[in-house]
Amino acid sequence: MKTMASITKSPWIIHYDGSSCNGCDIEVLACLTPMYDVERFGIINTGNPKHADIFLVTGSVNEQNIPVVKQIYNQMPNPKVVVAIGICATSGGIFRDCYNIIGGIDKVIPVDVYVPGCAARPEAIIDGVVKGLGVLAEKQAALAKGIADPTVSGAYRYENGTYDGDGTFLPEEEGDTVIAAAEPQSTDDENGLRVKPAMTEEQEVDD
Amino acid sequence: MAKRTIIPFGPQHPVLPEPIHLDLVLEDETVVEAIPQIGYIHRGLEKLVEKNEWPEMVYIIERVCGICSFGHGWGYCKSVEGNLGVEVPPRAEYLRTIWHELGRIHSHLLWLGLLADGFGFESLFMHTWRLRETILDIFEETTGGRIIFSVCKVGGLRKDVSNETLDKIVVRLRGLEKELKELTEVFLDDVSVKNRLVGVGALTKEEATSLGAVGPVARGSGVSNDVRQDGHGAYGELDFEPCLEEGGDCYARCKVRIRELFQSIGLIAQAVSKIPDGEIAVEIKGTHPAGEFVGRMEQPRGEAYYYSKGSGQKFLERIRVRTPTNANIPALVKTLAGSDLADVPMLVLTIDPCISCTER
Amino acid sequence: MTERKDLTQEIIFIEAGDLLAAVQDLKAAGYRLGQACATTVGGELEVLYTFEKDNILTNRKIKLDAKHPEAQSISAIYPYVFIYENEMHDLFGITFKNLGLDYGGKFFKISKETPWNPLFEKGDEN
Repeated sequence: MKTMASITKSPWIIHYDGSSCNGCDIEVLACLTPMYDVERFGIINTGNPKHADIFLVTGSVNEQNIPVVKQIYNQMPNPKVVVAIGICATSGGIFRDCYNIIGGIDKVIPVDVYVPGCAARPEAIIDGVVKGLGVLAEKQAALAKGIADPTVSGAYRYENGTYDGDGTFLPEEEGDTVIAAAEPQSTDDENGLRVKPAMTEEQEVDD
Repeated sequence: MAKRTIIPFGPQHPVLPEPIHLDLVLEDETVVEAIPQIGYIHRGLEKLVEKNEWPEMVYIIERVCGICSFGHGWGYCKSVEGNLGVEVPPRAEYLRTIWHELGRIHSHLLWLGLLADGFGFESLFMHTWRLRETILDIFEETTGGRIIFSVCKVGGLRKDVSNETLDKIVVRLRGLEKELKELTEVFLDDVSVKNRLVGVGALTKEEATSLGAVGPVARGSGVSNDVRQDGHGAYGELDFEPCLEEGGDCYARCKVRIRELFQSIGLIAQAVSKIPDGEIAVEIKGTHPAGEFVGRMEQPRGEAYYYSKGSGQKFLERIRVRTPTNANIPALVKTLAGSDLADVPMLVLTIDPCISCTER
Repeated sequence: MTERKDLTQEIIFIEAGDLLAAVQDLKAAGYRLGQACATTVGGELEVLYTFEKDNILTNRKIKLDAKHPEAQSISAIYPYVFIYENEMHDLFGITFKNLGLDYGGKFFKISKETPWNPLFEKGDEN
């Protein structure tokens, strides 16, 4: 399979705020502005999931935003990288005990890079995105070799587990809780991660 | 009759840094009705009061919103202090006022940048956010954090700032003021910017009152409702008048916020010149809040309420935060009806929505 | 130096049946509705309404049964109360009669019904 060679030279990002205090969101935006200026890495912020290579998620997931997060993820073309920004996106953070919070983004979609912090600092976010570029290159190479699923590193989903603070998740009990997120992402697999777009319906009302 | 269409707006939308969902009922290109729906970022953080003791709860309330985080922390402390009947040392009240006003400058600059981005003027967005970093640098130097810094605690503050540092902050703000003047000329006098803002989404004084609008939205329509005038913090000893405009449109709301930028710089300079020496906190030992108190604050987005109810236990019975965006939703719905679809982003932006505040 | 006005505030308990009349009086006296919220206290719900005039706060409070909470909506007097009343409906299960703009429980979309009121018993309200 042929892939574009230039993706890692100019990755486009899309940002979605899950259920955060918006501290991390404004730091993501601050990265784009002159003081931090991620555009020097060729990174451009886009609002269209189909243009995006890197998905930056801030905040944790709740019942209502699961379909939105999944939908954005599924609309992004392969290869793609997910960066969870801030402790809420990583594990639920300070809000993990809230009744309307399910947990980190990795409960819903595979995450490649975790950026800790409350709020995550712009330097850390940039570092995370640059790490994401490495993952993107790996996935791209895998895709070029014809490996159907380009998920090659980091992208595992843990149902139960704890964050050990060094950037790795530890399963709660050995051997039983690690679920590889490497489900085939063919476009019409109803059991995979793809969901029916719920928010783009247009209704017409006749008067 | 024209065909009616419903267009969903959000939750993921290029002009929205945060998710809100609006169902826009259109007749051709005109919005006839807008139905907001919230809950995308509802966390239920007020309920964490059952699991966190009241001195710790301040960390959670600060995370109601990452933009006016200091103000939320102060509002919570004010409510619990009122509940306990604690008097905070004057130096702490002055420092709180200074940080809160710095927060207002940072919030308004953030908003101006988003507005510029919203009407498609990207270089203006970049410049505004470049200037905003000055404030974040001051935050980082004085507190250690850029966005959320947890310096406020019930009874006072955790950190003092030396008078020399405060003097230097004023010098830097005077420098910022010069750059801001250049920037505001673009926002207020540029023809193409005016085209997007003047006359859009006008709200009369009567409408603003009857819809319960607060903050710059109300002041842009000539309603004087600045909570800072109630004399809390150091505001009682500082000289200022609320910034009022008469137009009621997007331009007036923008102008109110721009005038408040300069007002805040003036307030900080006044506070620094008057700040007394002394303690920065009182110790609270052996008592727990046992009554009820409603604290009120003027956040960058407007009036906010903090209700605390205790029962003499370590855990409060209830904390309730009513944030300004919440109060401005009726005004937003009203201005959206009858607007052009292309103006919807402008209208949503000019109430300065903070969804994370609204849903908590 | 301005006096601190925020420290003077009153909280007055009233009968749920007297709510509309009390709110009407406050409106006539030029007060504006600041906020409304509910609290679960034992087997009861307390609904607190905060009013403001010239930076002085006054509060009115009513008590409701937590199992089947029902109150009169004040949206005829202060239409913008719909935000708070819909919120209380979704979080506490309180039914407000004659609610101006009723979202029918769809204002806050949350996974758990009436998370703030564990005693709530769903009646045949619809």
